[in-house]
Amino acid sequence: MPEAAASPIHSRMKHQFETLAQQHHADTLGMWVFLGTEVLFFGGLITAYVLYRTAYSAAFAHASLTLDIVSGTVMTVVLLGSSLTMAMAVHAAHLGHRKTLAVFLILTIVLGLAFLGIKGHEYYQKWEDHHIPGPGFVWDGPDARAAQLFIYFYFALTGLHALHMIIGAGIMGVLLLQTALGRVRTYTVEISGLYWHFVDIVWIFLFPLLYLVDRHK
Amino acid sequence: MAASTEPLVGRTPNYLNAEHSVKSWLLTTDHKRIALLYLVSITVMFALGGIFAMLIRIELITPQGDLLSSDSYNRAFSMHGIIMIFFFLVPSIPATLGNFLVPMMVGARDLAFPRINLLSWYLYIAGAAVMLYVMVTGGVDTGWTFYAPFSSLFSNGRVTLTVVAVFIAGFSSILTGLNFIVTIHTMRAPGMTWGRLPLFLWSHYATAVIMVLATPVLAVTMMMLGLEHVFHIGIFDPALGGDPILFQHLFWFYSHPAVYIMILPGMGVVSELIACFSRKRIFGYGFVAFASLAIAILSFLVWGHHMFVSGQSAYAGMVFSILSFLVAVPSAIKVFNWTATMYKGSISYDTPMLYALGFIGLFTMGGLTGMMLATLGIDVHVHDTYFVIAHFHYIMVGGAVMAYMGGLHYWWPKLSGRMYPEIWGRISATIIFLGFNLTFFPQFIAGYLGMPRRYHAYSPEFQVYNVLSSAGASILAVGYLMPLIYFFWSMRYGPRAPANPWGATGLEWKTASPPPTENFEQPPIVLEEAYHYSDEEAPIA
Amino acid sequence: MPSTSTYYKIFALLMILAFATTGIAFIDLGIFNPIVAMLIAVTKATLVVLFFMHVRYQGRLTFVFAIAGFCWLLILLLLISTDYLTRGWLPLPGAIPPMGF
Repeated sequence: MPEAAASPIHSRMKHQFETLAQQHHADTLGMWVFLGTEVLFFGGLITAYVLYRTAYSAAFAHASLTLDIVSGTVMTVVLLGSSLTMAMAVHAAHLGHRKTLAVFLILTIVLGLAFLGIKGHEYYQKWEDHHIPGPGFVWDGPDARAAQLFIYFYFALTGLHALHMIIGAGIMGVLLLQTALGRVRTYTVEISGLYWHFVDIVWIFLFPLLYLVDRHK
Repeated sequence: MAASTEPLVGRTPNYLNAEHSVKSWLLTTDHKRIALLYLVSITVMFALGGIFAMLIRIELITPQGDLLSSDSYNRAFSMHGIIMIFFFLVPSIPATLGNFLVPMMVGARDLAFPRINLLSWYLYIAGAAVMLYVMVTGGVDTGWTFYAPFSSLFSNGRVTLTVVAVFIAGFSSILTGLNFIVTIHTMRAPGMTWGRLPLFLWSHYATAVIMVLATPVLAVTMMMLGLEHVFHIGIFDPALGGDPILFQHLFWFYSHPAVYIMILPGMGVVSELIACFSRKRIFGYGFVAFASLAIAILSFLVWGHHMFVSGQSAYAGMVFSILSFLVAVPSAIKVFNWTATMYKGSISYDTPMLYALGFIGLFTMGGLTGMMLATLGIDVHVHDTYFVIAHFHYIMVGGAVMAYMGGLHYWWPKLSGRMYPEIWGRISATIIFLGFNLTFFPQFIAGYLGMPRRYHAYSPEFQVYNVLSSAGASILAVGYLMPLIYFFWSMRYGPRAPANPWGATGLEWKTASPPPTENFEQPPIVLEEAYHYSDEEAPIA
Repeated sequence: MPSTSTYYKIFALLMILAFATTGIAFIDLGIFNPIVAMLIAVTKATLVVLFFMHVRYQGRLTFVFAIAGFCWLLILLLLISTDYLTRGWLPLPGAIPPMGF
């Protein structure tokens, strides 16, 4: 791996480390530990969802059909695209190409905001249909209780995911600013990229779990 | 060495006198200063938790519920549990001794992420502040276990705020664990191979793994509970098709490994103490190291033993029972190895050693009664009785707190540059040991005979055990007050400590007491195994 | 570090899998629908982890760190299932236990 010191985007070694390589290794491992905690954080919610889905499979399947599969697929494609642009941004950072880095950061942010926009539209649809869990919940169908559970999990899982996306977009914004000011560091981009890809992976699992329950029926 | 009456500021530059401003303490990134910040904070929380314990024990002197109403009593034991577990025991050794020693023991200048270390302290303070607010505005009455649907739909306590406090404190814990894992992996000094790591570090590594993998599930469960409380959706409410046992599964998935977060660091301390005060290497170093990892992994497989009578499937109960027997094995391996270390060792009975010996005996009792509880048939009878309470207090107080006290005494000279008064150390250790047993041994009997837990009134035939227990609690309180006093005293009047007052092995003893801010004058190089005690070893310097 | 063409190839694969997972959802495979959907999701996630997150190009330690969280989640799912899968097994008279599969 090319040592970033030769490029205009270099790292500054912090005092507790002996070498830059040690610092980069520590940074990478640190981010992976954090992502591991996120796997279990989402995982707890997903476990609860999986159990309820298996117990109330008919009602959950019926409720899942109220989700728009086209917008779900579009969101998946958008996020995968944003992972591509993120990977390209990290690549540019390693090579020291600040302009390319900026372009790909902008693209990543745009795709992320597009995702959030579509998600927001979905939420609005749910609100119009009175499918918000709580006292105002209206459901036509046999098992309103289980349907409300499904909708709760839909909002909890996608809401938590959207929150992470907003934070991710914020981080990318900060990186963009640093790039413009000439103060960005390669490894910060790399580590932030790991976070962004992780948020994409969460959606990779949420999409089939929530949107593809017995679609063929 | 004559007692010095010079003030705390040492004659040579060290981490304590490097800078004096409040800002230099509150914005420090020095792991040693952060350790002291934690020490002060958790001592305050321990005292608060202790006050609730006093309330409980005073109420239980008489069989009638005369001091507290049943609702107030519920709040008292809930606050006691929440504060002691989340705000004292979980951080205790890792955040104080661990923060101080992990970088020094690997031979580094600081942890991998010093600013994240400071953030973890601020998160702890934020969580504690929310908890204090909860306390003064009525508290919670759900028990520290927050079982749904009572906590989500029926409790009239401050449930939402409490789960927020616990959530924040959990995040603090995760960041500490993250820091330890990365530091131990990437910042070991040249020559410090995994096979030469002090067992304190193996234990803290295993603890950090649990912190990082278990706490997020607690966090999301607390979040689900909070949402349930606010929105009344019914994830855990049977009336809406939910399953209350699901809450218990998710809660205990964290909370069982959490008890190992609380005991593993203590085991690490005990390994250091036994080796030093037997002047011998730890017998079976490799076994003890791998036992720490085994405990960390196995701890995740047994949570259902808290739920034998909750309504979970009996077959799941059997699976969890068998796995719970398995998790006792690595703990037992450690006890055997500590004992074998002492055999033909040159034992000295300094205060830290008294605590270590107390730990071994009391932890063993706690552990064996744990095996009784793991036995499905016995647990059906003693679940939710004082037998369980006695069991976990033997581990948590007789084990973890004793180890914490032993570690504090052992490393006090390194932390503060002063020696504590040894006579008073031994006296208070003895008082604590006697007070502890008087407090909690009668509870085994009361529980076995059927006294239920979490009741403010009880049947009169249990009174004698409760009176003994409350008497023991007052003795225990005196025992804990004494170190508080003489540690403070020693900071001004204690004799100055040399670099290695105990003649111990370990990199932390090769630098001054108290250490300079960068820990070592020069980065150390490790050439020997961890416990290279021998006859010609370094005399007390 | 992979080249940009590698990134584009992986992206193409991911897109194919994304459309595949949506398409297959409309075919009735009975019990295998969720299984196939999860397998595709795992494949996509693996591609992202190995190539976009560079785990393919870093040491074994990074790989262990990357996979640990998922393994632990598996422990949670598997052991919690021992309860829910066996709830109806004891021949108790009366109602079906809640949530039993």
